[in-house]
Order: sequence, then C-alpha cells, then structure tokens
Amino acid sequence: MAAGTEFSATGYISHHLTHLKGTFFSGGVHLDTIVTSLFLGVVGLWLLYAVARRATAGVPGKLQAAVELLVDFVEDQVKSVFPGDRSMVGPLALTVFVWVVLMNAMDILPVDILAIGMTPISHEWRFVPTADVNTTFALALSVFGLMIFYNIKVKGLGGWLHELFCTPFGSNPILWPFNLAFQFIEYVSKPLSHSLRLYGNMYAGELIFLLLWVWAASGVVGAFFGALLGLGWAIFHILIVILQAFIFMMLAAAYIAMAHEHH
Amino acid sequence: MTINVTQLLSQVVMFAAFVWFCARFIWPPLMRAIENRQKQVAEGLAAAEKGRQSLESSARQAEQTVAEARSRAAEIVGQAERRAVQIVEEARTAAKEEGSREKAAAKAEIAQAYTRAREELRGHVAALAVAGAEKILRREVDARTHGDLLADIQQQL
Repeated sequence: MAAGTEFSATGYISHHLTHLKGTFFSGGVHLDTIVTSLFLGVVGLWLLYAVARRATAGVPGKLQAAVELLVDFVEDQVKSVFPGDRSMVGPLALTVFVWVVLMNAMDILPVDILAIGMTPISHEWRFVPTADVNTTFALALSVFGLMIFYNIKVKGLGGWLHELFCTPFGSNPILWPFNLAFQFIEYVSKPLSHSLRLYGNMYAGELIFLLLWVWAASGVVGAFFGALLGLGWAIFHILIVILQAFIFMMLAAAYIAMAHEHH
Repeated sequence: MTINVTQLLSQVVMFAAFVWFCARFIWPPLMRAIENRQKQVAEGLAAAEKGRQSLESSARQAEQTVAEARSRAAEIVGQAERRAVQIVEEARTAAKEEGSREKAAAKAEIAQAYTRAREELRGHVAALAVAGAEKILRREVDARTHGDLLADIQQQL
C-alpha cells in the first residue's frame, strides 16, 4: 500500500492494479510483468532442466518421478489432439503449462506482504504476469504465428489459400467472400479467446483478492471474514490456476493440431 | 488493459526462447529416459513370462520323467517278484528231487545193509547149526564131505 494517509478502497485497488512502467528498446513496457514472467520461466525451466540433465532410465528419484509424471501427462494430452510428430508441440505444451502455472500461482501470494518486500525497490509491482493482457496475448500471438506457419508448411501457400476461400461453405466463387469472412472471424477469434480467457480469469482472481483485503481493512469483523473468505478463495483459486493453465496448453496444442488438418 | 507492442514482442521472444530451450535440453532427455524405462519394463515382463513358461515346461517334463521312472520301477519290482517266486519254486523242486534221491540212496543202502546182515546172520546160523549138530553127533562133520548138506541147510535158513 502506498505510504498511507487516508485509506480509500478505490485508491487501494487501483494502486494494486498499477503496473511498474519502464522503457525497453525505446518502447513502453510493464517492467514488473516482464521481470516476473522472465524470472518464473527461468525458474520453472531450470528445475526441469536440472532433472532432465540427470534423468536416468533406471529407478527414478522422487523429483524425477514427479517431473516425469508431469511430462507424461502433457505428452498424453498433446497426443490426444496431435497424433503426428510431437518433437515441437510437446515441448511447447510443456513450456506453456509450467510457465503459465507458475505465473498464475503468483495470485495466491498475499499482495500486501509481498509489497513490504518490494517497497524499497518500487511502490508499484504486480506479481501476476498472466493478469496482464500483454503476457497472455503474447503467448496467444506466438501460437497464432505457429498456426499460420504450419498451415502454410503442411498445405502449401496455395492449399491454405484454397482452404481460406473454399471452406466451410463450398468452392463456388459466389461463396468465396462468405468463406473468407467466416475464416477471418475464426482466425481472429482464436487468439482473442485464447488470451482473454486466461487474462480474464487471473485478473478477476486478483480483483476478488483485492476486494477481500479492502474488507479486511475495515475493522476486526472485516478482517476475520476477509481472511476466512480469502482462504476459501485461495483454495478455490488453486483449481483455477491449474485449470486455466491446462486449458491454455490444450488450446495451444489444439490450434497447432488444427493447422495440420486438411479440410 | 493496454497493449504495448514492445512488451508484446519481448514476451514473444521470451516465450520462443523458453520453448527452444525446452525442446532442446529438457524434452528429449526426459522422453528418452521414459521410453528407455518403458522398454526395460517391457523386456523384464517378457523375460518373466518366458521364465514362467520354461518353468512350466520343465515342471511338466519332470513330472513325465518321474512317472516314467515310477512305472519302470514298478515293472522292475514285478519282474523281481516273479523271479523270486520262480527261484523259490526251482529251489523247492530241486530240494524235493534231492530229498527223494537221497531217500532212494538211503533205501538202497538200507536194503544192501539188510541183505549183507542177513547173509552174515545166515552164515552164523549155519555155523551155529553145524556146531550144534557136531555137538549132538559128537562127531566131526567133515565140511568137505558134507558141504552140500551144509549148503542146503544154509539155503533153508
């Protein structure tokens, strides 16, 4: 919380929803999002790498068994939508899942206690990178790029263009504009729904925590119920954290798999 | 909710780098480890199955061998019993034969001894009769002259 004068709910919430802005290659960025997401990605991948480097086909250690469980789970899920060569989609799905889980999980950490540690560095620091639409949109856009890339790679540019003009209604030239409009909507809605679903869930989660902490600031009774409901919401949020990361991963794999399908 | 192009691009680059790192250094060794272990487990199971089968077949073979040995042993015992009965029979026959032969020999000996004793006795009696007659007659009987007579008496005894 900012060096407190009079407590105001609006001030408190909008303060916690303010990004630390910075400049990066002469463009405006949210420094807090970039640093936190980079840190979490490095931590997650470093953990996986530490296990993978010493992975043995013999009796696995507990950490290796846990990581293998995760990798096997991701592999199974990807396999169910993507039956071909998974040497690219598998690692992509694993990276997305681990990274998004870690970024989402930042929501569980209590903001005001983290703020105590962060205040010497900056008053403004949002810890949930996935509650920043830039992060989720960057991921969705990457998947979108891969989707276009695989469409052209698998079907050829001509094949893809043919698909854009001739599906889903038919190859009659009169239907071409309708086909193209339909495909356009489809291609635009994919990254939008992909990114906004995750962003919305995490942003709403963050907001509900903040509302509960506002209640907690209102007095003893408010503190009690705020803490109780905060606990409940945090426990429920564990499900949302994992579920949204899983949905995000599955959609990424499904979109890339759909690019491989011939109509 | 503001979209910053620079931030978007930097996070796309970040994501690409993470995916590349994962595809290069994390996914392959983990998959290799998992697949190798799957292979090892499958091989182990196959070996166990093979071992079980060979155990079964050798158990069956052992059973067969035991059964063969048992019937062979029974056969041998049967043969031996028959042979024993035969030997006993033979021995009995031989003993019987030997006994009857010895009995016959003894009978013959007895008969011989009887004849001999009788001849002897007869001689003695003849001599006694001659001696008695000599005493009665007080006269010497000339054995040479009365030899025929004596012999006749001897025959009658």
